[in-house]
Amino acid sequence: MSADDYDPSPSNDELEAHLQTRNMVVNLGPSHPAMHGTVRMKVELDGETIVKVDTEIGFLHRGFQKSCENVTWTQCIPYTDRLNYVSALGNNFGFIHAVEELMGIEIPERAKYIRVIGAELHRICDHLTATGALGLELGAFAAFLYGVEARELLWDRVTELTGARLTTNFGRIGGLNRDMPPTWPELVEKTLKKTEELTAEVDALLTRNRIFVDRCRGTGIITTQDALDFGFTGPCLRANGVKYDVRKAKPYWVYDRLDFDVPVGASGDNYDRYLCRTEELRQSIKMVRQCFKEMPEGPVIVDDWRVVLPPKQEVYSTIEGVMAHFKLVMEGIQVPSGEVYSCTEGANGELGWYLRSDGSGRPYKVHVRAPGFHILSGVNKMIEGRMLADLVPTFDTINMIGGEVEQ
Amino acid sequence: MSQWALEQIEARIPDALEQKYVDRAGGHWGVVKREKIADVAKCLKEELDFKLFISMDAVDRLMLPEPTPRFEVVYFLYSVSRNEHVRLKVFCTEDDPEIPTIRHVYQGANWSERLTWDFYGIRFKGHGDLRRMLLYEEFKGHPLRKDYAMRDRQPLIPERPIKDIFRGPGTNGAT
Repeated sequence: MSADDYDPSPSNDELEAHLQTRNMVVNLGPSHPAMHGTVRMKVELDGETIVKVDTEIGFLHRGFQKSCENVTWTQCIPYTDRLNYVSALGNNFGFIHAVEELMGIEIPERAKYIRVIGAELHRICDHLTATGALGLELGAFAAFLYGVEARELLWDRVTELTGARLTTNFGRIGGLNRDMPPTWPELVEKTLKKTEELTAEVDALLTRNRIFVDRCRGTGIITTQDALDFGFTGPCLRANGVKYDVRKAKPYWVYDRLDFDVPVGASGDNYDRYLCRTEELRQSIKMVRQCFKEMPEGPVIVDDWRVVLPPKQEVYSTIEGVMAHFKLVMEGIQVPSGEVYSCTEGANGELGWYLRSDGSGRPYKVHVRAPGFHILSGVNKMIEGRMLADLVPTFDTINMIGGEVEQ
Repeated sequence: MSQWALEQIEARIPDALEQKYVDRAGGHWGVVKREKIADVAKCLKEELDFKLFISMDAVDRLMLPEPTPRFEVVYFLYSVSRNEHVRLKVFCTEDDPEIPTIRHVYQGANWSERLTWDFYGIRFKGHGDLRRMLLYEEFKGHPLRKDYAMRDRQPLIPERPIKDIFRGPGTNGAT
């Protein structure tokens, strides 16, 4: 056969030949960068298409509930830091808010404003991490660096407020353990300006980037019906167009006095979740500024020695002070027996607490409704039948945080 | 609060609710008969628009003043259109810790029921895939039961005997 006669297209029977293939099971994680370190996914693949996903969690389980049941109510607060370690303040305040609801305590105005500021600053951090990491894992490393630079600056401000970057342990039942530093508002304002610049950079790098949009738009879709059914809340539910935000639906602290919008998406894909987060971040910046403007002077914690440690001056000089201090430290706050379900809006959705007290100084039951747990439970609906490469952005935009999911 | 939903349930499924009460913070609770929970969940989802599954968990009543029945399982659902939560509760005894599943009504109940099984040993009839959620299969017992010792440790690989002045030694609480 000469070179001219050669026909490069294969013959028909060659095309129709059945290739014997088997589905391949791939283990993603638990020690895999795209799994954020703590989740194992057994992915069954047919070529590059995902047939079945089995998510296995629990590698970061710390016995959160059991630990809480064996310490006083105040001693639970540091455990709540470790739930969502990217936005610890939201967890601290959420837990404290639930206990206050159980006890029927109204906290001072100034404390409410500082709580909103703290929670919103940490919400910004959380969204920056989520969007930055999404860029990072899709190959846009620069976006991650801009996001993390802003996050570090915000964490510096959080450090000035609480004394720690991540494990804040801030706030006490009845208010806050300390007021903000006097020069803090100017520093925060400076940081917010910088954050706006940096998020604009991230926005410019990602939002209209062809590669980014192609990887995100139309991938990781979940129907509204399924999203509700699995218990999606927060940006992941709002990306489907369901306008449910605890801050608007059941306003707590001072959210009813603040002017902010709740961004919603339409299609429930990765791109909408990304856009929801970036817009929410801007709304949070707006809220922090409003809070600084409207914040009144005054105490930051209630004046009730059954709940709050007395001032050191009183402890060292009066018998009542010593007694109150001793009882609070040794026996803990006497929360009246009863039960409550209370929720606040965490960075990833509804952070709910079901607390049960039997009247002793320790919680009888602390149930935390971690938003990430329910979102992760629905992740196989979002990726089964899709390409393996879609798993990575989907896993990023649901922003699963191992600490809260695995308690 | 969710008074409306409980009244609707009473009207639609007679004798489903054993009891209604209000907690300290003003939340309305409905205690549902064990065998009716799936019907109640279905009614809430399909007829009353409580479509958002919030959460569920259990409580071990062993150390409470009234320790029987031993367990209660709590459910929280939310309606976006009505903006309210509904709080439900089901009791079950220690000898027969089994409750009908609501997994077929709310897909989100799948993991929550597995979690409840994992930590309290309450079985969900008809769940079909009741594996442990956070702990490992070799784990013995259900650690959130009140009679599970705080310091009982069951490591998969032996722990190094580190003397810890707060928790005691790291291995199994002994020596």
